[in-house]
Amino acid sequence: MGEDGESPKINHSFLRDYVTEADVISTVEFNQTGDLLATGDKGGRVVIFQRETESKGESEELGESGEYNVYSTFQSHEPDFDYLKSLEIEEKINKIRWLPQQNAAHFLLSTNDKTIKLWKVSERDKRPEGYNLKDEEGRIKDISTVTSLRVPVLKPTDLMVEVRPRRIFANGHTYHVNSISVNSDGETYLSADDLRVNMWHLDITDRSFNIVDIKPANMEDLTEVITAAEFHPQHCHLFVYSSSKGTLRLCDMRESALCDKHSKIFEEPEDPGNRSFFSEIISSVSDVKFSHSGRYLLTRDYLTVKVWDLNMEKGPVETYQVHEYLRSKLCSLYENDCIFDKFECVWNSTDSVIMTGAYNSFFRMFDRETGRGVTLEAWRESSKPRAVLRTRRVYTGGRRRRGDVGVDSLDFTKKILHMAWHPAENIIAIAATNNLYIFQDRVNAENL
Amino acid sequence: MASIFVVSAERFIPLFPRLACQGVLLGCHPCFRLNMFSKGTKRKFSDGDEEISDESLVGARVASSYSLQRQSLLDMSLIKLQLCHMLVEPNLCRSVLIANTVRQIQEEMTHDGSWHMVAEAFCSAGQSPSERLVATEVLCRSREQDAEPKLFSVISYEGCREEEVVADETLCSVSVSDTVSNVCLAGRIGQCWEKSELSGVERDEEALEDSRLGSGEDEEIDTKDRASTESPKTIGQVFGTFEIKNGSPGPDSALEELFSDVDTSYYDLDTMLTGMQSAPKMGPYDILDSLAPSHSSPSIVSTPNCRSDLNELDHIMEIIVGS
Repeated sequence: MGEDGESPKINHSFLRDYVTEADVISTVEFNQTGDLLATGDKGGRVVIFQRETESKGESEELGESGEYNVYSTFQSHEPDFDYLKSLEIEEKINKIRWLPQQNAAHFLLSTNDKTIKLWKVSERDKRPEGYNLKDEEGRIKDISTVTSLRVPVLKPTDLMVEVRPRRIFANGHTYHVNSISVNSDGETYLSADDLRVNMWHLDITDRSFNIVDIKPANMEDLTEVITAAEFHPQHCHLFVYSSSKGTLRLCDMRESALCDKHSKIFEEPEDPGNRSFFSEIISSVSDVKFSHSGRYLLTRDYLTVKVWDLNMEKGPVETYQVHEYLRSKLCSLYENDCIFDKFECVWNSTDSVIMTGAYNSFFRMFDRETGRGVTLEAWRESSKPRAVLRTRRVYTGGRRRRGDVGVDSLDFTKKILHMAWHPAENIIAIAATNNLYIFQDRVNAENL
Repeated sequence: MASIFVVSAERFIPLFPRLACQGVLLGCHPCFRLNMFSKGTKRKFSDGDEEISDESLVGARVASSYSLQRQSLLDMSLIKLQLCHMLVEPNLCRSVLIANTVRQIQEEMTHDGSWHMVAEAFCSAGQSPSERLVATEVLCRSREQDAEPKLFSVISYEGCREEEVVADETLCSVSVSDTVSNVCLAGRIGQCWEKSELSGVERDEEALEDSRLGSGEDEEIDTKDRASTESPKTIGQVFGTFEIKNGSPGPDSALEELFSDVDTSYYDLDTMLTGMQSAPKMGPYDILDSLAPSHSSPSIVSTPNCRSDLNELDHIMEIIVGS
């Protein structure tokens, strides 16, 4: 992928357009097949999109794929109030994770700051008809009018999607839950808050195991918090958690019940040349993701994304600058709190491309093979269906080209924090405040 | 360097009006007066900006630009720590990062010796340097000298927001036992390069008394602003806030819960009015002891107001004891 003109033809459709605060999307996640895409918002709602399958009989171009349409919407979490502390508990959905599919129904975990819920999403497209004692509207029939008996039959009906809460995992966290991760064993999952990581069994809601606790005896000694955590995709005993000091800790649950002591710690020594009062803040890891292969880790801090090899603890193997031009603006970004923004990062299906968000509705993709990055924009005005997404550039010196955006013109309220990449194909879902953009990579036959 | 702040602050689209206001304020001059953060005075303050900025430019020439920048960063950070959106629990990660930044600046300033200089300018004369460094320490260290400050503050300032409670905790415990460091704290936070600072400190002291007595005030916003600005939320208090809220469950918490509903603010008033300021602070257990039927304690003044609540507490006591 080059910087100019060689961006793949991209078809995009955008699906939501709201203006209220409650509709700001706070998490995006594909399921394991990519047929379902779930988004959570600040109002506690979850919207699930389903990919339309191409109608049969038409010849399909390679890479031709269906669009995502709304499949189901439900209210996952309600605003709550903690009476003991006199504080509200936000209903904002912090994370959604799908469980691997085991039967016709789909399961997902959604969490707000305090409570994790397991939802069952099932379809119903048949209903029984021909009851003897009830009429079509369900009213009890007068028994004297029944002259013969018949067997009720199942008749097809309009598709109904039912979403029911199956488990509610409450009271497990004193602090705000920032991550959930389903284990590869299919039975357990972890949830992490600022100071603790708990492991739950999917069937047991009244207790959880605490596997990491970094709360100091005296809260005034607190200098580091947990920012994200994830299970290894293949090894059910390994998980990683990142901290606000920029360290990653890989823990092996076979070593001890409480994994306060890490198996491996990944941290990059600080660059003395770049040291400032903001060094620690910008080193805080906002997201950590295992690669699909399980060999690498992807982390996002304020200015960079880094790829780490699990076998090498002393530093990342690759570092990509997301928006280095902000380094001179750190004081202003600290002032308006943008420096605390938590950007997510994602791998593509083959672990060859990584993607993360930035400001001004920009997001960045890096090709690991060439080391080059491209800036794209998720912006309604320039997005017509089936239009090609053009690359953007932030002007940082040198020859200024048409379309370059100056650093001071960047809109810091338009931040791309949440995104997801289809597990198998080149389809990405980008959340831009209250809009969801889905971009597909449409590769023509001749380009293969 | 101060002018650069003005330009940057204007360019960035403010996310929250309050922060934008801060940005403009900070942009105009790096120092500001926290004791003016009450309801009616914000507009007045912005009018006074132009006059003050001239003075600050004079101050800026005196200090090096790096120190100035560092100082405004410190001030900004302290404001951030104080101004939490207290409807929802504040973001712990953000608070920790800001607190670490503050510590870092303070450490550097202590090494520089400029901390010493700054503290000296605003603490009352005649203090030894070690006491001033103690003031720094108070910001960071745990409050071992108060056996049960947190519990006490929760029950004696019921009805206030947590923010006020924590701020009052400082005021309450510090003003009773340690006026010197209290002045240092207030002075340090309100520190400014202006001449009117000392009068600002005095104003702080008055307001201390006000907020102690005025927990029942109607204008919650006023007390909140005043309380929150009179004394900084020290790092200890920021996390102390979390500590209070997130106390580990145990036998204490049941009592805490019980007594958090009890408005014991007038016990405080009582001790104040009867001149028993030096009376030892009472934790929930003390109140419990003094209310148990078999126990009569002289420290509780049995005014008519107290009696009905004593009966209530008796009742609650019976429930706890499980008679």
